Amino acid sequence: MNALTSRSLTRLLIDNKAFLALALLVAVSAGMSDNFLTLDNMLNVLRQTSINAIIAMGVTFVILTAGIDLSVGAVLALTGAFAASMTASGLAPWLGVPGTVAAGAALGAISGLFVAYGRVQAFIVTLVAMTILRGAALVYTDGRPISIGASDAADIFWQLGGGYWFGIPIPIYLMFFVFVLCWSVLHHTRFGRHVYAVGGGEKVARLSGINVNRIKISVYAISGACAALASVVLTARLGSAQPTAGTGYELDAIAAVVIGGTSLMGGRGRIFGTLIGALVIGVLNNALNIMGVSSYYQMIAKGAVILLAVLIDSRSKPST
Amino acid sequence: MELQDIDKAFAGVKVLADVNLTLHSGRVLALAGENGAGKSTLMKILSGVYRADGGSIILRGEKVRFTTPRQAMDAGIAIIHQELNLIPALSAGENIFLGREPRTRLGTIDWPRLYRESGKLLERLQQRLDPRTPVSRLSIGQQQMVEIARALSLDAEIIVMDEPTDSLTDIETDILAKVVGTLRDAGKSLVLITHRLSEIFRMCDDVAVLRDGQLVHQGLTSESSEEHLIRQMVGRELADRYPYEPPTPGDILIEVNDLVAPGVEGVSFHARAGEVLGFGGLMGAGRTEMARALCGDVAISSGKLRVHGREVRFSSPQHGLRAGLVYVPEDRKQAGLILDHSVAENMSLTALPAFCGPLGIIRHGQERIAVRQYIDAFRIKLNDPGQSTETLSGGNQQKVSLAKALMCQPDIVIFDEPTRGVDVGAKREIYLLINRLKREGKCVLLISSEMPELLGLSDRIMVLANGRITGEFTRADATQEKIMTAAAHVEAHADNLKETQAR
Repeated sequence: MNALTSRSLTRLLIDNKAFLALALLVAVSAGMSDNFLTLDNMLNVLRQTSINAIIAMGVTFVILTAGIDLSVGAVLALTGAFAASMTASGLAPWLGVPGTVAAGAALGAISGLFVAYGRVQAFIVTLVAMTILRGAALVYTDGRPISIGASDAADIFWQLGGGYWFGIPIPIYLMFFVFVLCWSVLHHTRFGRHVYAVGGGEKVARLSGINVNRIKISVYAISGACAALASVVLTARLGSAQPTAGTGYELDAIAAVVIGGTSLMGGRGRIFGTLIGALVIGVLNNALNIMGVSSYYQMIAKGAVILLAVLIDSRSKPST
Repeated sequence: MELQDIDKAFAGVKVLADVNLTLHSGRVLALAGENGAGKSTLMKILSGVYRADGGSIILRGEKVRFTTPRQAMDAGIAIIHQELNLIPALSAGENIFLGREPRTRLGTIDWPRLYRESGKLLERLQQRLDPRTPVSRLSIGQQQMVEIARALSLDAEIIVMDEPTDSLTDIETDILAKVVGTLRDAGKSLVLITHRLSEIFRMCDDVAVLRDGQLVHQGLTSESSEEHLIRQMVGRELADRYPYEPPTPGDILIEVNDLVAPGVEGVSFHARAGEVLGFGGLMGAGRTEMARALCGDVAISSGKLRVHGREVRFSSPQHGLRAGLVYVPEDRKQAGLILDHSVAENMSLTALPAFCGPLGIIRHGQERIAVRQYIDAFRIKLNDPGQSTETLSGGNQQKVSLAKALMCQPDIVIFDEPTRGVDVGAKREIYLLINRLKREGKCVLLISSEMPELLGLSDRIMVLANGRITGEFTRADATQEKIMTAAAHVEAHADNLKETQAR
């Protein structure tokens, strides 16, 4: 990474702001409550964060291409219902989970097709996808929760949300697995470079021989796949799929990406920042809960933190 | 109005030096010069878009200083840009009074008055045009009239038009000439930025010529001739600033037959390995459009393209690159480089597949070595290949753009204005590089509006005007005058073709 050191350094500084915010948040929370900085609570925060983090890392790809994905919450609801009914029918998780993720990727790819070839704005396409898929989830579940049932398959499936491995909740492993995968793809593959290039300048990317449409479709597919994996975690933890699950998750995901320093204009940002951004939101929610702040005030606090993060980030950039 | 000793530099490159210019009311001044001579920059200073580094503007005997276009507008200076500044979805009348709509006593827009007054303005310009028509439904010529009407509504005393006839039909040009005459008779002072000689003599009283940012001629049009003006516009000596090497032509690498694409109306040529084929012409002559069609960025409507003897049809630049054809665009900032990405990332972007193993995993070591090699070979001055590209000077940015294109080892390279916005030193290095490519047996297509550069580097020169080839010259018989004539005199198109065929 020598060739990229100074770039990494400036990026790291931007990330450090999110990181600093996280450290500050943790310090303040620890000072205000003895129950905060315990191993149990920390694992709890990480587990709670994992769902948003997994979604947000997928959305990071889309935002890096200067797109946006509002459909992830609805994708989560629909694919969660798939996962639950597959498990209920006794399908083994090593088939059911990849199947669910593939379904999520396919749903995302459809949005991607419209963005790339239909030349419709991503905001509109994914807003439409959000509405349609939410409706589809309600139709598919008939408006009622789908239980994963009680079987060997269901027991294994449940582990993905509620199980532990060496004392650490399995969703945390999944979150770090997705992080390492996304990081490797973004920073060590041609595809990752192309994602940055498409967001940095579509014209340049095209003239550089990049198949821009293919990249666009792929990032929405990745976003959908991540949302589907998150749906597995959520469905497994709850033991059932709710048709209204994931409502508003798209905004939390976008917030995590933005707090992490990724530019909504595309071409700039890092997956590590998104992970930190998701943790900032997770820690904030957790700390406010512990302090007994009502969930109404929590929303206001979350909004303020996002605003602050964006303000700091826009000040650190040269105005162009 | 007077402009005195105006200086302006961009990023250390001087674009205007000690320019003095006087405008009189009731007269039309032509501002002529080659592309990049500084015409538009000068007018942007006049209209407050840029601030001059030195010198002063004197308006009606008083020294003024504009820091925003608004101030210049209030002082009675209106500029009509080449790319018109209208909102297509709004009506002609709305555009004319945009931001200054007449109000009723309730504060709402007084529509009847707006349309009555804009109608009157258009009438003054002899336009039979309903001011309620949306601008998107008007022809370019009519849109220009709407712009002029807006200038009139501002009571502008000085009206600057940047290349006003470039996109006009002959009839529209006639109308514009009449309108210019009317405005002059009404005591306005007009400036026409143009490179079309016939219009200078037809519409203008005075003529000023800029060359390389300096005013080289100012006088009455009636005391000048076309030949004289051309000499003033291009009159630079061709010192050994252009290190030419004779070609060793090989096989025909690219052959184009009757190519038709947006902005290109039937172009045919061929070029060989080890040869530099130059493309001359004015801005908007269709050279960039031709290049974009060749590399696959824009679809070809008809005609044949052969690369390496095989007929090809590229549906995107990706396919062009695979066939060994690379296009280095003119617009470095928008199409050439991603400025806020690092030099290394930009440079290896096109050639990335060559550095990738299975699953598209980048071999960072190989990439780093290649980037280092090109930085050294192109003598790109930087601290660190990881630094953001926008921190480099224009010349070094351009070298990054060239390195990016050449790293994928193409056989055919199309350079579009490779030295635009580049200082003299870097220019020479780019010329040496073009020679080296020629030596290595690459086929170079060189689009350049800088006449000496075109003459200095090309083995053969094609001249385009209005999307057609209007002249073809060998190195031996190409002169600046001949190229300028072929580029500017669209009417002479037929004669030139005959001349070429006779040869």
